[in-house]
Order: sequence, then C-alpha cells, then structure tokens
Amino acid sequence: MTALPMTALPMTASPMIHGVLAAATPVGQVSLGEAIAFWVLGPVALAGALGMVFARNAVHSALLLAVTMLSLGALYMVEQAPFLGFTQIIVYTGAVMMLFLFVLMLVGRDSSDSVVEVLRGQRLAAAVLGIGLAGLLVGALAGALPVAADVPIDANDVPAGNVGGLGKLIFTQYLFPFELTSALLITAALGAMLLAFSQSRNAAKKTQRETVEARLRGEHARISPLPGPGVFATSNSVATPALLPDGSVAPESLSELLETVPVTPSPPLEPLDARALTAARAERAAEKEEGE
Amino acid sequence: MTPTYYLLLSALLFSIGAVGVLVRRNAIVVFMCIELMLNAVNLTLVTFARINGGLDGQVMAFFVMVVAASEVVVGLAIIMSIFRTRRSSSVDDANLLKY
Repeated sequence: MTALPMTALPMTASPMIHGVLAAATPVGQVSLGEAIAFWVLGPVALAGALGMVFARNAVHSALLLAVTMLSLGALYMVEQAPFLGFTQIIVYTGAVMMLFLFVLMLVGRDSSDSVVEVLRGQRLAAAVLGIGLAGLLVGALAGALPVAADVPIDANDVPAGNVGGLGKLIFTQYLFPFELTSALLITAALGAMLLAFSQSRNAAKKTQRETVEARLRGEHARISPLPGPGVFATSNSVATPALLPDGSVAPESLSELLETVPVTPSPPLEPLDARALTAARAERAAEKEEGE
Repeated sequence: MTPTYYLLLSALLFSIGAVGVLVRRNAIVVFMCIELMLNAVNLTLVTFARINGGLDGQVMAFFVMVVAASEVVVGLAIIMSIFRTRRSSSVDDANLLKY
C-alpha cells in the first residue's frame, strides 16, 4: 500500500470518507450497489462470451464480443478504474471491434465455419480441457483468496484523481515501458502497411499500354497475339486454321484438341469483266421492257 | 460478495476464450477469442489493483490494451493477406507458409 510514491502526497478528507465507507459495509465486502452492478454485468459478460464461442455466424460472434467488452468496461468503472473503463469502451468496442467487423465484411460475411473435424475428437478434448482449466482456476482462486480485503486505492485520492494518478505513474515509474510502446506502435503500423500494400501492388493488373510496351520489349514470345481460327466464305468453324499471307496454314491457329478441317482453296476463276455483268443485266432489263 | 468474485468471473472468461481458440476454425473468430482472453486478464489486473490499493495493476492493464491494439492491427493484416492468396479465412486452409 505504501509502495507508491504518491501515497506521500497530502490526503485531505480521504481517511474520514474511508472510515465512513468501512463502517457502512463489513470488512472484505463490497457495497450493495457494486454487488448489484456485478450480478447484472457479470452474467451479461459471461453470456456474451459463451455466445461468441458458439455463434455460427462470425458477425454475431463479433457483436456478442462487443457486448462482453462493454460490460467489462462498466465493471472497470465500478472497480474504481474509470479511466480504464472509458479506454476499454473507446479502444476495444469502438476501434478494435469495428476493425474486426470491417475485416469480416471484407473477407465475406458468409465465410462461416467449417463443421468438418480435421483432428478426430478435437472438439471434445477442447471442451474437457476448457472445463478443467475453468475448474482449476476457479477452485484455486476460491480456495486461495477466501476474503480479499478491499483496500481503497490511495492513489485515487490525489487531487488529480484516477487519471492523474495513472498519468503520474506512467510518466515516472513506468516511463521506459511507456516509451517502448511507442516503438511497438510504430512497428505495428509499419507492419500493417507492409502487409496490406506489398501484395496488392504485385497483383495489380497491367494497363493496356504497359502490356504493349512489354510486348515490344520482347518480354512475350511474340509481339502480336496468337492468330484466331480462319473465317472464310466456306466455313467459319474454330477448326479451320488461319492462313498466312502467302496462303500457307498458320500452325499457331490450330487447336490441339480439335480435328482440323482442311481448307480447300477454291479453283481459280477466270478474270471477269465487271462491265460484262452489268451489261448483261441491262440487256435483260431492256428485253423485259420490250415484252411488256 | 467480495472482490474475489471478479477474479472468478475473469477465470471463467479466460477459459471460454481458450476453448474458443481451440474449437473455432475461422481465423477472425479465433482472434476474437484471443481478445477475450486479454480482456479477462485485464479484469484480473484491475481487480488486484483494487485489492492491493495501488494503481500499478491499472497501468499494466493499460499496457496490455496498447499491446492488444497493435496485435489486432498486425494480425488482421496477416489474415487479410492470407485471405487474398488463399480465398479463405479458415485456419485449416493455411497449412503452407509461402502460398
């Protein structure tokens, strides 16, 4: 109790208040209001935690965990730690859980748990282990701490209150760990940015211009895309090979899976005079007119 | 009731979180169970601070919150990058480190 440096600070009215509080409740017992708050918030926190583990939908799990964290924050406030209570609500339910929800929505809401057991009997073993751990912890605690005397927090009695006491501790006795957390936070931010951006840049789609430049630089096997199948007056099947300008078959246009249809070059036509065609038609039209 | 009840509640929450880590397959839900375990430990720290009449436990809980926040950021980034390559957030599918 006297381990803190600030216990040496002047305390004006606190001993009298503590004397009154101690007289109101038996030693080791909390006040009635705190007991009511505990018996309301504790079961809510437990129910939220159980629901989080057993909810099939991940979004329901996140919301139930938010309920648990909110009630824990209220419990902190009941336990003379108002700063931690508000930090819990702001940081955990406000920031962390919303981050979880964002990631859940990005990943896809319907990516629910698989029911397949990869390890045989793993769920049963996990349940047995969990019940054993709970029994061990609860039994040990209940046996070891039968009546924990409730010592009022002296540091809360300094004029600055809980936040001032915490600030004094953090910036005097725990200054070095506090500075270390800054390094931790910077490293975490850098790591998150690295993980989030490095992959998306590698997987970015090339633009059309970049593709063309890569082709001209010789990064592809050929400059132009592969020739499509031949489309001729006689056939437009994908099994028809394309012809190169010199009339030979372009081998790259042939499908390996389909049996190719040979291209039969049409017999060379006699060169026609276009005027002869139109002249014949004109003669026919004239004959028709004469017949009428 | 005595302040010990808070410790019992915290022990129960910690056990539930541990069971969740072992049972659930969705990486994000596993992560939420880890958060629950951290919260349970925070409740223990705050309760011990109150029992001992000092603020050191609250300072520890404060540092745990800082570590948990940075852990969430990095962990969710890892889960997102695994999801980008594997198209799945199940811990059973992430059985190779590289791909």
